[in-house]
Amino acid sequence: MLFLPPQRSAEPPRVVVTGAGIVTALGIGWQDNAEGFRSGRTAFGPVTLFDVSRQRVKTAAQVRLPDHLPPTRLGPRQVARLDRAAKMLLLATREAWTQCGWEPGVEAPFVVGTTAGGMALGEDLFLQMTQTPGRHHLQATRALHYQPQVQARSVACALGFRGPITIVSTACASGADALGQAWESLRRGHATRALAGGYDALCRLVFAGFDSLQALSPTTCRPFDAARDGLALGEGAAVLALETLDSAKRRDATILAEIIGYGSAIDRYHLTQPHPQGEAALAAMTRACATAGLGPESIDYLNAHGTGTPLNDSAEATAIHRWAGAHEANLPVSSTKAGIGHLLGAAGAVEAVACLMALRGGWLPPEPAFATPDAACAFPVVREPRAATIQTALSNSFGFGGVNAVLILRRWA
Amino acid sequence: MNRIFVRGLGAVSPAGWGVPALREALRRGEPLPLRVLERPTWPKPLLVREVPAPTSRPAFLAHPRLRRSTVIGQYAAGAAVEAIGAAGMVAGARVGLVVCLQSGCVQYSCRFFEEVLKDAATASPLLFPETVHAAPASHIAAVVPEVARATTLVGDPGTFLQGLATAADWVREGAVDLGLVVGAEETDWHHSEAAWHLDHGLVLGSGAGAVVLGCEPGLSPVAALTAVTDSFPYEAGQNRHWAAQGMRRSLPAGAADELLCEGTLELGRVDRPEREAWTDWPGPRLRPKTVLGDGLVAGAAWQVVAACDAVASGNCMACNVSVVGCNQQAIGARVERA
Repeated sequence: MLFLPPQRSAEPPRVVVTGAGIVTALGIGWQDNAEGFRSGRTAFGPVTLFDVSRQRVKTAAQVRLPDHLPPTRLGPRQVARLDRAAKMLLLATREAWTQCGWEPGVEAPFVVGTTAGGMALGEDLFLQMTQTPGRHHLQATRALHYQPQVQARSVACALGFRGPITIVSTACASGADALGQAWESLRRGHATRALAGGYDALCRLVFAGFDSLQALSPTTCRPFDAARDGLALGEGAAVLALETLDSAKRRDATILAEIIGYGSAIDRYHLTQPHPQGEAALAAMTRACATAGLGPESIDYLNAHGTGTPLNDSAEATAIHRWAGAHEANLPVSSTKAGIGHLLGAAGAVEAVACLMALRGGWLPPEPAFATPDAACAFPVVREPRAATIQTALSNSFGFGGVNAVLILRRWA
Repeated sequence: MNRIFVRGLGAVSPAGWGVPALREALRRGEPLPLRVLERPTWPKPLLVREVPAPTSRPAFLAHPRLRRSTVIGQYAAGAAVEAIGAAGMVAGARVGLVVCLQSGCVQYSCRFFEEVLKDAATASPLLFPETVHAAPASHIAAVVPEVARATTLVGDPGTFLQGLATAADWVREGAVDLGLVVGAEETDWHHSEAAWHLDHGLVLGSGAGAVVLGCEPGLSPVAALTAVTDSFPYEAGQNRHWAAQGMRRSLPAGAADELLCEGTLELGRVDRPEREAWTDWPGPRLRPKTVLGDGLVAGAAWQVVAACDAVASGNCMACNVSVVGCNQQAIGARVERA
């Protein structure tokens, strides 16, 4: 029964990461992305997936997908039904699945965050309805497969794991919220293993949406820079294999890190704008620290939501200032969106993997384009690649609609 | 005892605004009138059941956040406000909000994409934020200021029961004092045509349903939520029949004085797995979708609201709720007298 947890000890189990998969414009997989984040590489270029000739901004961080997917349990017809978003989710999940080494047929809830799911298929469905009405070829397939639960089901079938699917759609907090909800589920004793993460592909509707809001940077995405002028969009996916520490130890699994905290809060201020004082961000960071049993002084690196928009970054900087207090001056902060763009529903999951890489690799991801700190930033923004031994990293994700989700990861020594 | 109390109910449906309208329509048992949706590009019409205009404009609709929101936001807020009002909330209570959707904000999504296709340079920035799945939760949080935590789940109709389980966990853990679970949908011709491609007999309905959960019964509890089954997903080799049977086995066998609230639609092929799972049910049955249309996630919410209302009214001792979703999962729930 879902809401009647089995008998468990008074202390919730510890939850560790035993697999991670990532797809961004920096590359497919851990190695390319770790090197890209470590060195501060940027991956922006002209949008070629759809027509942007009438848009104010014409660049984004597009993923270069392989010509052929690696072999899975899907047949050719099933593979042909996968759109760009589903392929990214499959690639990221496959990497995490391979790394964690779970046996085929394992029962593992799949908790996935997304904002748009298979929106590109939805756009094709719409176009055929309106431009060639009465022509129904492939419309049923599109109507079915643009739904994110169907895409997640395809991925589970492809890799051969079983279990309930939960789709979290809290806008740009979706990926972090999905990881947090999966983490909570394991701590409640609903399962001992779960796959969780987020995905989103670039599509015309969403690109035009952010362009219509004039939220996209016409120059360079520079989170927390005084001259910042907007965000850059990207696409990708990231998935973590989560399991209880007991389960991982029983299997003698390689543990990549531990998730020790998660906090969520709602910002009621406005549908698209954060409270100027960062009230919900502060509440979410405080809750995450409370669940981790840590204070801000124990955080060694903060991966900011840091979109590069004037309003988001100043509100987040204010929230960090209020939350960190005296520790702020010694807390390195950066936003990996400076290199790969804003991945929307995938952002929180991809940034959790970036933290995981930093914890394991002993470095801080820099923002090379950052030049002049915003007046609200009293924390040091990481500008150049540098080595650092960090034990604990905090990752912020804030979404349209006001859901703020925060994760805390700890290095596994 | 493992039970969570249902403290309040809310419904906006093709029967009207409020639980009494839903109750009366289900009591009559007659399918509500159909509306013909004009399909601008194809002469063949589409049939839906839509929410009628409220007889008097609810006060919450004057909230600035709802003035230009899409109707799904208004339906969701309407059901939420009714349910919270009925829950007898004490000052300072923290509410955890779970909004569940399948199609979500289709009207503004289609309008915005039409504008993008006409000229992307002039597409309206007012429409785009309302296309986001998280928008209804944001609007509810604006009109129910006690909301302290929120999430939005997307999926087939069974998602509403996943949402109930999530909210039940939150209140059980003390993360919030009350859990507000809302399922909502809206319709337009694109959405209806997409559904038509999946089943030509499907008649969609729009609206929302809401349930407030708490660990304490409050002054007048509606019912007790005693179980939400595991989700039985549709996997390779394990289809809707397998999943429906698994869900059915997870719920009590039933008795003559217990109600079964089904999700069937009188569509043979679509209904078969659910019908076969419940052939041995000994008590009466309620089929809200045959009256209201297929409200997708809102439809599952109406099922739960109707089940709780039937238990509260003394019509039955308990009610099993059966949701055999269209493309994700079968999942069930049980409510009993508080």
